[in-house]
Amino acid sequence: MANTALADPDAGLTQAQLAARYGLRVAGERPSLADYTRRLWTYRHFIAAYSNAKLVASFSNARLGQLWQVLTPLTNAAVYYLIFGLVLKQNSIPNFIAYLTAGLFIFNFTQTAVQNGTQSITGNLGLIRALHFPRACLPLAVMLTQFQQLLASLVVLVGIVLVTGEPLTVEWLLLVPVVLLQALFNAGLTMAVARAGSKIADLKQVMPFLLRTWMYGSGVLYNVALFEENLPGWATRLVEANPMLVYIELARHALLEGAPLLNSSMLQLWLYAVGWAVVMGVGGFIYFWRGEQEYGRG
Amino acid sequence: MAEHIETSNDVTVALPTITERIPTVVVDDAHVIYRVHKGASGGTSPVAALKRIASRTSAPNIREVHAVKGVSFTAYRGEAVGLIGSNGSGKSTLLRAIAGLLPVNRGAVYTQGQPSLLGVNAALLNDLSGERNVTLGCLAMGMHPDDVQRLAPDIIEFSGINQRGDFASLPMRTYSSGMSARLRFSIAAAKKHDVLLIDEALATGDKGFRKRSEQRVRELREGAGTVFLVSHQLSSVRDTCERTIWLESGELRMDGPTDEVLRAYEDFSNGK
Repeated sequence: MANTALADPDAGLTQAQLAARYGLRVAGERPSLADYTRRLWTYRHFIAAYSNAKLVASFSNARLGQLWQVLTPLTNAAVYYLIFGLVLKQNSIPNFIAYLTAGLFIFNFTQTAVQNGTQSITGNLGLIRALHFPRACLPLAVMLTQFQQLLASLVVLVGIVLVTGEPLTVEWLLLVPVVLLQALFNAGLTMAVARAGSKIADLKQVMPFLLRTWMYGSGVLYNVALFEENLPGWATRLVEANPMLVYIELARHALLEGAPLLNSSMLQLWLYAVGWAVVMGVGGFIYFWRGEQEYGRG
Repeated sequence: MAEHIETSNDVTVALPTITERIPTVVVDDAHVIYRVHKGASGGTSPVAALKRIASRTSAPNIREVHAVKGVSFTAYRGEAVGLIGSNGSGKSTLLRAIAGLLPVNRGAVYTQGQPSLLGVNAALLNDLSGERNVTLGCLAMGMHPDDVQRLAPDIIEFSGINQRGDFASLPMRTYSSGMSARLRFSIAAAKKHDVLLIDEALATGDKGFRKRSEQRVRELREGAGTVFLVSHQLSSVRDTCERTIWLESGELRMDGPTDEVLRAYEDFSNGK
């Protein structure tokens, strides 16, 4: 068939018609959501390798190397304990140091993932402009790096909890689903801020303030009962639904015996935890996917 | 479809070879506009910023660069196309648009399969060792971890970074610029490609490496349907490409057989 066509059959076609005739596709076209998810799955090794590499690189210049993975949360806990435990004495909470560190480490996971996620597109423009891969790999790798950090922090936390005399119970196992749900929540949130950060460079400056406000609204540093005492009823209900407060309360409930909780019903806490993880995980992913072609532009 | 046509040609070789030309890359009036942050300059004071927000004008330190202005052409299977033009004429930008890495603002780029850009600018992690960068780069190109493990020693061998001692296990920030460019090229060249876009990669490194990389590009060309080559060395364009496109300040100035275009381009650059 090829050799019989002496006259050019393509004469008179516009470029677009020519492309359609031979089944060419638009370069850099956004794949369907299902295709995108599949492609992302085939890149899981890249995500894992990249997050590992980032973790190693962040300590490569330090003399103590990866020991900092444990030293950083320990030092953090020590500083906050000095101020909130010794200087501004908190007596209303039994085992305050464990209460504080549980909140601090759980919150830090989300905080750092969001902070680094905001720059995960803008900071990797070179990579994005050079190679083809689903861009969601980058915020997901950021989340995974912080997840590994969290695991190191949890080892420290478990140590603190045991040393301060809490009993080891079956309820500790609940920490596993809590952390996994939080990771799903963070994955969605990191993808969402990655897209927002790629559009609005100013977000990087605003983020620390947003995160600090969020931290104070999550009862990390003080007794959560303060919300109930000082806020009108509707505002307390609002704080109860705050995803970070939810994950922190669940973690405290799993590890500590006498920790005060704001949410009175455990069922409500778990429903919030699952709901936030699904809504943010799926919503963040779809929001990020919708911007897929634009990330190379910077 | 491609295989089918090739085999049908094998059967009918007796006839004069007027083969059907199959387009692999169709560029239709493509415009690419970059947004560049100029950095601190006039008009960055807080008052000016507030004024801008109030009057809804864009920030003065973001400048739009219209890098490619309405380029149209069609490239066919089996062609090697050279892209020439002075610095900043939009050659690399056009390649990125064809590769789908940089979206076009107007017009469209259609391609067969997924074009791959073979450049020396694939940014990797400078704090990590060369070996880890090889693994990471290959995974980022979509390779399977088993293949990566198999290919990694060849890639390091090809790059020649271990010629002066064991550099592969040192962080990439300790490399000379030539060494890291060589490693990046070696990683990018490790994969097979449908449509291959080569950006200045042949000019990398010392003489020995250049020979090896030209050899590798020839191999890749034999496997690829269409090859685009951006180069400032007209000799390498002359050697590899039968067709050449000349871009000048983002516009297509000439498109034709390499000899003609190069002659016109040389006249133009000498006359300046």
